[in-house]
Amino acid sequence: MNNNVIYGINGPVVTLKNADSFEMMEMVHVGAQNLVGEVIGITDKLTTIQVYEETTGLKPGDPVTGTGAPMNVLLGPGILDNIFDGIERPLKAIEEQSGAFISRGVSASPLDTEKLWNVTLKVKPGDRLTGGQIYATLPETPIIEHRVMLHPELSGVIKEVEPDGEYTIFDTVAVLEDDLGERHELTLCQQWPIRTSRPVKKGLTPSIPLITGQRIMDTLFPIAKGGTAAIPGGFGTGKTMNQHQLAKWCDADIIIYVGCGERGNEMSQVLDEFSELIDPKSNRPMTDRTTLIANTSNMPVAAREASIYTGITLAEYYRDMGYHVAMMADSTSRWAEALREISGRLEEMPAEEGFPAYLPSRLAEFYERGGRADVLSGGEGSVTLIGAVSPQGSDFSEPVTQNTKRFTRVFWALDKALAYARHYPAINWINSYSEYFNDLDPWFRENLGDEFIEYRNRISALLQEESSLMEIVKLIGSDVLPDDQKLVIETSRVIRVGFLQQNAFHAEDTYVPLEKQKQMMKVILHLHTKAREIVAREIPLSKVMAFGLFDKLTKMKYDIPNNRLDMFDDYIKEIDEKLGELLK
Amino acid sequence: MIIDYVGVKEINGSLIVMDGVKGVSNEEIVDIKLDNGSVRQGRVVQIEGERIVVQVFEGTRRISLKNTRTRLTGHPMEMPLSPEIIGRVLDGAGRPLDGLGDIFPVKRANINGTPINPVSRVYPKNYINTGISTIDTLMTLIRGQKLPIFSGSGMTHNDLAVQIVRQAKISGADSSNFGVVFAAMGVQKDVAEYFRRSFEESGVLSRVVMLLNLSNDPIIERTLTPRCALTIAEYLAFELDMHILVIMTDMTSYAEALREFSSSKGEIPGRKGYPGYLYSDLASLYERAGMIKGHTGSVTQIPILTMPNDDITHPIPDLTGYITEGQIVLDRALQGQGFYPPVSVLPSLSRLMKDGIGEGFTRGDHQSLANQLFASYAKVIDARALASVIGEEELSPVDKKYIEFGRLFETKFVNQGFTENRSIEQSLNLGWELLSTLPRSELDRVDDAVLDIYIKEKKEETPRLLRGISM
Repeated sequence: MNNNVIYGINGPVVTLKNADSFEMMEMVHVGAQNLVGEVIGITDKLTTIQVYEETTGLKPGDPVTGTGAPMNVLLGPGILDNIFDGIERPLKAIEEQSGAFISRGVSASPLDTEKLWNVTLKVKPGDRLTGGQIYATLPETPIIEHRVMLHPELSGVIKEVEPDGEYTIFDTVAVLEDDLGERHELTLCQQWPIRTSRPVKKGLTPSIPLITGQRIMDTLFPIAKGGTAAIPGGFGTGKTMNQHQLAKWCDADIIIYVGCGERGNEMSQVLDEFSELIDPKSNRPMTDRTTLIANTSNMPVAAREASIYTGITLAEYYRDMGYHVAMMADSTSRWAEALREISGRLEEMPAEEGFPAYLPSRLAEFYERGGRADVLSGGEGSVTLIGAVSPQGSDFSEPVTQNTKRFTRVFWALDKALAYARHYPAINWINSYSEYFNDLDPWFRENLGDEFIEYRNRISALLQEESSLMEIVKLIGSDVLPDDQKLVIETSRVIRVGFLQQNAFHAEDTYVPLEKQKQMMKVILHLHTKAREIVAREIPLSKVMAFGLFDKLTKMKYDIPNNRLDMFDDYIKEIDEKLGELLK
Repeated sequence: MIIDYVGVKEINGSLIVMDGVKGVSNEEIVDIKLDNGSVRQGRVVQIEGERIVVQVFEGTRRISLKNTRTRLTGHPMEMPLSPEIIGRVLDGAGRPLDGLGDIFPVKRANINGTPINPVSRVYPKNYINTGISTIDTLMTLIRGQKLPIFSGSGMTHNDLAVQIVRQAKISGADSSNFGVVFAAMGVQKDVAEYFRRSFEESGVLSRVVMLLNLSNDPIIERTLTPRCALTIAEYLAFELDMHILVIMTDMTSYAEALREFSSSKGEIPGRKGYPGYLYSDLASLYERAGMIKGHTGSVTQIPILTMPNDDITHPIPDLTGYITEGQIVLDRALQGQGFYPPVSVLPSLSRLMKDGIGEGFTRGDHQSLANQLFASYAKVIDARALASVIGEEELSPVDKKYIEFGRLFETKFVNQGFTENRSIEQSLNLGWELLSTLPRSELDRVDDAVLDIYIKEKKEETPRLLRGISM
């Protein structure tokens, strides 16, 4: 008999008096409508619960029931090509139940319970299984095989196995007897608490790059598979656009896209675009490898706080199958604000800017769940975490940006001035950094040759030099510079406009293979070297400029299709010929 | 059994605290009857056992610990809705002000609304032709979008809003299914009257619902005004399939009302004293724009906010910019030069623009033109910065061209006038005309094929000389 009833209500926070049966972080149902909530504080007198839905209409005296388990998600086939809210409720099913507006207390199973999956069993009676090992597989989407794994906390001997065939997620496909002799019926799904990270066999160093096809990211500030990155930027600088580009083009197997406290129209755009976009590798829609978690800014704030954890748990689950997963979180600042909001309701002592003192530890916990690892199922998987940060007032010194910087190793700083000039991606090449160079360089050397590293270093050096020259130019104009310095400025302009700037709406330019990136750098640097030779002979730079080569190189990203890399040789030839004339 | 609770326990700002209240639900509306016969409304904002905190919309003036009788109404704040609401003038809490009697409700809706399921949204793609060059060309307004105007005190944002209402053509909308919901929050009487008169002159007054919470009206009522307005807008759009333009002015007053409420409730303040939930609160308003599947109507929002001290990093414009799909920023320096509308082009943006323009919507070259105008105008700003140091005379020839381009751009393109209504073709062609004053090699954001069509006259081209700063 349950006599736990509501005592107080303040926004999304509900308190109970003299309830002693709850556990910390236990999931509960609140009120007659069974709103979902979570226990976030317990004293001998008061139990505090955050409710994941609007609390309008709740009354003191309404019942609260515990579920005896922490906030869980259901993991199994049907996660991909689906869209959930922050606590894994399927938004499509909710639409069928309650129409275009989300009403409260809707309950729907996160995954389709009636769909039959074509299951192939991978074990036979007598097999010994340990946690995380695969006992069945099924095609979840045409390109992704779902590998059904034993719950990481179970192990034992398989006693019975059903034949291959069609099963729903709750059908028993095998029976396992654990070491204590207890029988467990194995289905196609399992539960996992969202705030606990899933175990792996062994962590690995991130030594393979995540190829994004975005030049500035791949070349200047690469991220590893299993790495962590932050994209901070004020509004209008293109955080979301960058996240979309990454989700569309990066070479991860699975994409988990978390829209955390962002715009509703943006999510419907993602839905539209991803289902129309065809993955060039598999010729299937992008949605076949994507899961969306949409907790828009007007949806309940507590569920926004949970959405990040739901996302990372789904990501870890696919990593455990041996996939490379990339998770985009847009935006972690909204998540931090949700923490602040709830902390304020709990009347906790605020630290910096009203954020709770545990903000850094929560951020660290989250980013630590990324990584590349040997997984329990045998193979290798990774979770790459890319978090957008929306600094208040575009001020990077605010707590969320600063703390995120401590726990991520790639920093793609978006710049307002670049965005105003519509230079996209508006990643500032001076303030951004990647700490993965040492881990990734062997891969680049092996796959693209030593030159790639050399080109990259020369490009960064030129940009650095230009940046300091610009300080002078801003004061006295460029006319006073000697020709060799003017050349640096001209070459840097080609690098900035012709290389770093990339047009996401251009069919060829939206994704550029690494080999083309390398060739582009090669041609630009070739022109620079040749021009420098000429300038060194005291021939005026204006004569070099007159050939229009710099303008031509600026447009080569459009003029050379991704599958015609031979054309770069013509460019080199043209440079040699034209500039050769000057040397005669 | 209906119980009247006599007296209150505590009065603090606009909040009253009552004890011994039974059976109250969160967010419930209460009627507070004063001894002198006047009735006020309040909303339950916090419950602790039998102790409740009530926010009084009309303020707590003249309330004492003894002179009230409070009755629970049993329901949250609801707005009576009917098709007859069109053309009415209401107060900030949605009660008729025009003396035409109560609204006979066809239905009632909770003013807080419920979030639109992201799956049910239709991604907005149809553009609204406002007839204003800067907006149509560079920050196109899309049906179902929320595009705020960031302004400052004493600037011409009201004129701009009026001009948009007067000139806006929504494809598929005619006079029978186009409507305006106007929410005034803390604006002066004259401003409200200016809007009313302008609506009348442009012939839309009969299709306008006005909600007026003027600057001397109760502050707490102000926190309800946009919610009532959006409830009406959602009803008209999603049940009567109308295209509704919601103008909310001034969001800064709204946020200040929220701050006042929050501080009197004793909440922990966030930035600049605004409550920690300001983002979520603003989002719960702005996110009510959009279109949903199965309905032809739309809610488009143009919130207007005056940036305190013209500071775009102030929490109100900052958080707004993170929620809305772009912004139109007005610039005091442009206004000082006598330009109207004083739209500051570079920080302005429409996020939904890219999918609502181009072939089939406006014209195929629209995106290229917009990119190039933004890029070139950004260089103008750099050239001016350089000129202010070394003097215009010392600039390189290309930079001088930019200075000239900037002058033309501002006087011809930005500066349009209150009465001029330009078609999209006019605006686009004007844009190309201005760009053609620059050397062709400077137009690096546009494919040559497009340039060949729109940049007609091939001028004698000097080799591109080194320019000063470029972005």
